[in-house]
Amino acid sequence: MQHTLQITAAKPDPALLSLPWDIPLEDWPTEVLAALPRGISRHVVRFVKLGDQVIAVKEIGETVAFSEYELLRQLSRTDVPSVEPVGVITGRKDKNGERLEAVLITRHLAFSLPYRSLFSQNLQPDTATRLIDALTVLMVRLHLIGFYWGDVSLSNTLFRRDAETFAAWLVDAETGQLHPQLSNGQRNYDIELARTNIIGELMDLQAGEFLDEEEDVIEIGNQLLRRYHELWDALHDVETFDAEETWRVATHIEYLNSLGFDIDELEMTTDIDGTTVMIQPKVVDAGHHSRRLMHLTGLDVQENQARRLLNDLESYRAATERQNDEIEFVAHDWLAGVFEPTIRAVPRELRKKLEPAQLFHEILDHRWFIAEQQQRDIPMSEVVESYVDNVLRNRPDEQAILGLLPEEAHLQD
Amino acid sequence: MATVTYDHASRIYPGTERPAVDQLNLHIEDGEFLVLVGPSGCGKSTSLRMLAGLEDVNQGRIMIGDRDVTDVQPKDRDIAMVFQNYALYPHMTVADNMGFALKIAGTPKEEIRKRVEEAAKILDLSQYLDRKPKALSGGQRQRVAMGRAIVRQPQVFLMDEPLSNLDAKLRVQTRTQIASLQRRLGVTTVYVTHDQTEALTMGDRIAVLKDGLLQQVGTPREMYDTPNNVFVAGFIGSPAMNLGTYKIDNGVAQIGETRLPITRDAVAGLTDADNGQITIGFRPESLDIVSAAEPAALAVQVNIVEELGSDAYVYGTLKTGEGEQDVIVRVNPRSAPDKGEFINVAIKPGHEHVFSPSTGARLATI
Repeated sequence: MQHTLQITAAKPDPALLSLPWDIPLEDWPTEVLAALPRGISRHVVRFVKLGDQVIAVKEIGETVAFSEYELLRQLSRTDVPSVEPVGVITGRKDKNGERLEAVLITRHLAFSLPYRSLFSQNLQPDTATRLIDALTVLMVRLHLIGFYWGDVSLSNTLFRRDAETFAAWLVDAETGQLHPQLSNGQRNYDIELARTNIIGELMDLQAGEFLDEEEDVIEIGNQLLRRYHELWDALHDVETFDAEETWRVATHIEYLNSLGFDIDELEMTTDIDGTTVMIQPKVVDAGHHSRRLMHLTGLDVQENQARRLLNDLESYRAATERQNDEIEFVAHDWLAGVFEPTIRAVPRELRKKLEPAQLFHEILDHRWFIAEQQQRDIPMSEVVESYVDNVLRNRPDEQAILGLLPEEAHLQD
Repeated sequence: MATVTYDHASRIYPGTERPAVDQLNLHIEDGEFLVLVGPSGCGKSTSLRMLAGLEDVNQGRIMIGDRDVTDVQPKDRDIAMVFQNYALYPHMTVADNMGFALKIAGTPKEEIRKRVEEAAKILDLSQYLDRKPKALSGGQRQRVAMGRAIVRQPQVFLMDEPLSNLDAKLRVQTRTQIASLQRRLGVTTVYVTHDQTEALTMGDRIAVLKDGLLQQVGTPREMYDTPNNVFVAGFIGSPAMNLGTYKIDNGVAQIGETRLPITRDAVAGLTDADNGQITIGFRPESLDIVSAAEPAALAVQVNIVEELGSDAYVYGTLKTGEGEQDVIVRVNPRSAPDKGEFINVAIKPGHEHVFSPSTGARLATI
């Protein structure tokens, strides 16, 4: 029977055909590889150069490949951060006509950081905690749209810097299911599994001496449970107050905004005699600050970066005494007069180290730091120069941190 | 160890009319390996997830042993989803990879070591306990993943299509391993698959589901020999049973030119709704090659012969009088006919399965 290679993709890139599909992924020649993943996966995964981009290729059973592809497509239509699926390739055969496993292809997420590379970088002591916080927000967002993950772990997540925190992205949806709504059993099981997997992964980092032996990894795992429930409850709890205290509706909305969520629908009910009011969020949507920044400036950045940028915009508005102007106009001027010139002042070859919004965030931090040191207001041009020379040059290039270079295969775990 | 009981358990998704699982009644014995099988969308995974606590039970209840777990959270049910997570941690030893969940649960060190050693013995991993996973073969890694579930000593193992992730070779290997391991451990196991071969080879009993309804439950032999209805008859067995619906008159079915007497009991089970017809099934191996002169002979034109070494299957066409029917016949590979040839076959006496065309239910033949 004639077997042909079949590519299933929304926008198939003909360059895909040039890759050596007749070779088991494990044996792909180094010249096509961008890197070997360092980390835990039950399948063979490779990062591959395709034109000017990098794709992740995973060998996996055909049925699972198609279902994961479909799930990732559905997720990419929501605003929950997840990797973008490129396609599925089936009908692979080697030179002797032996059948080869199907592959699922996703786009590599630029500026993303696998948790293992974060721990081998010697970051701040609370890195683990900040990763857990990011994963908690991701889980709540997934559960809000009815996505049951089934295998939550640090390995199945990628992290991007988000101001002083991280933002988490779903990379592996192999065991996922999308339901109209999740039962409490599904949510609780997902969190319990996340807790076990995360503690296991952190124990492994301890065993490999990437994480201090003294660190209480079980406590870090428990923290996920606590943070998840706090956030979930805040987003769903009924608040009850006196009918005269209607200002509390606005306060509640502001509180949820401060957690990064918008309320799209709020249910308000009163008791029979109308003396008590109960409010409960019905539809909430993450990304309050990033949406607002996007609306004002067109910048598409992560939530906490957006928060930082919006704060700077507010300071700019105050400093230029334009509190009475429309915020849209002020935002336009801030973008053209502050944000863009700052980023342009960073030498082009160093811009690959961090995303622009993250660069700006760090420059603001640096401004505070040297102003404190020198006890004076420092002009932005001077801040950028100092930041570039003293901080940025020494930072690793994070646009594409993938894992091991292909020639370092012997170092792979 | 425990029994598992589904007692009129239903799952109805909001906004749908038809239950995903409809009034499931199923009792699984202590230590039994039960396979839930059926086509996609039949409710098998939903049934398993109801037992795991991942799906709400909207009506009825589920018991593990004497305990009603219908409203118990998944982690408190004392069950283990095997293979849920089988990524191995590279820096941890095989022993730590197997026992880390116990460590999280606060189990004392000696107890962990004891349980890990016991599990390793069963899994044939004792000599690898202090090594890193890197030193293991693919099959051994699979066994470490099983070890993770075993050391927890749950009352019930749940497996949801655990082999779907593996390549064909490892799948057959792991299938045998899981089945023999389960027998040795004696832990009640509920296993979901869409693959009837997997079901037949692994289960003590098989439960076939379709459209959320339990069709039949029984040993592999019972399911194969006495399917309750047309669906089970067609679903269990590979190649599938030949099934056709024919005119019946005075207790004799008419298949083309051939007349096939049907037992009185079976005929008595037919109703007006069956409209003078009967559904007859016969497995590929229930046919004998006979001479054309034989009164019960059915003439089959050979389309393809599939040679499997020990067996050969003829894929052919049978003229039924009302049209043509595809049939499969098992033949001796040493005397297999050629493509295009006609062969005459007869159903071995007593090897036919008869069903009501209107309800699909099996008709009593005794």
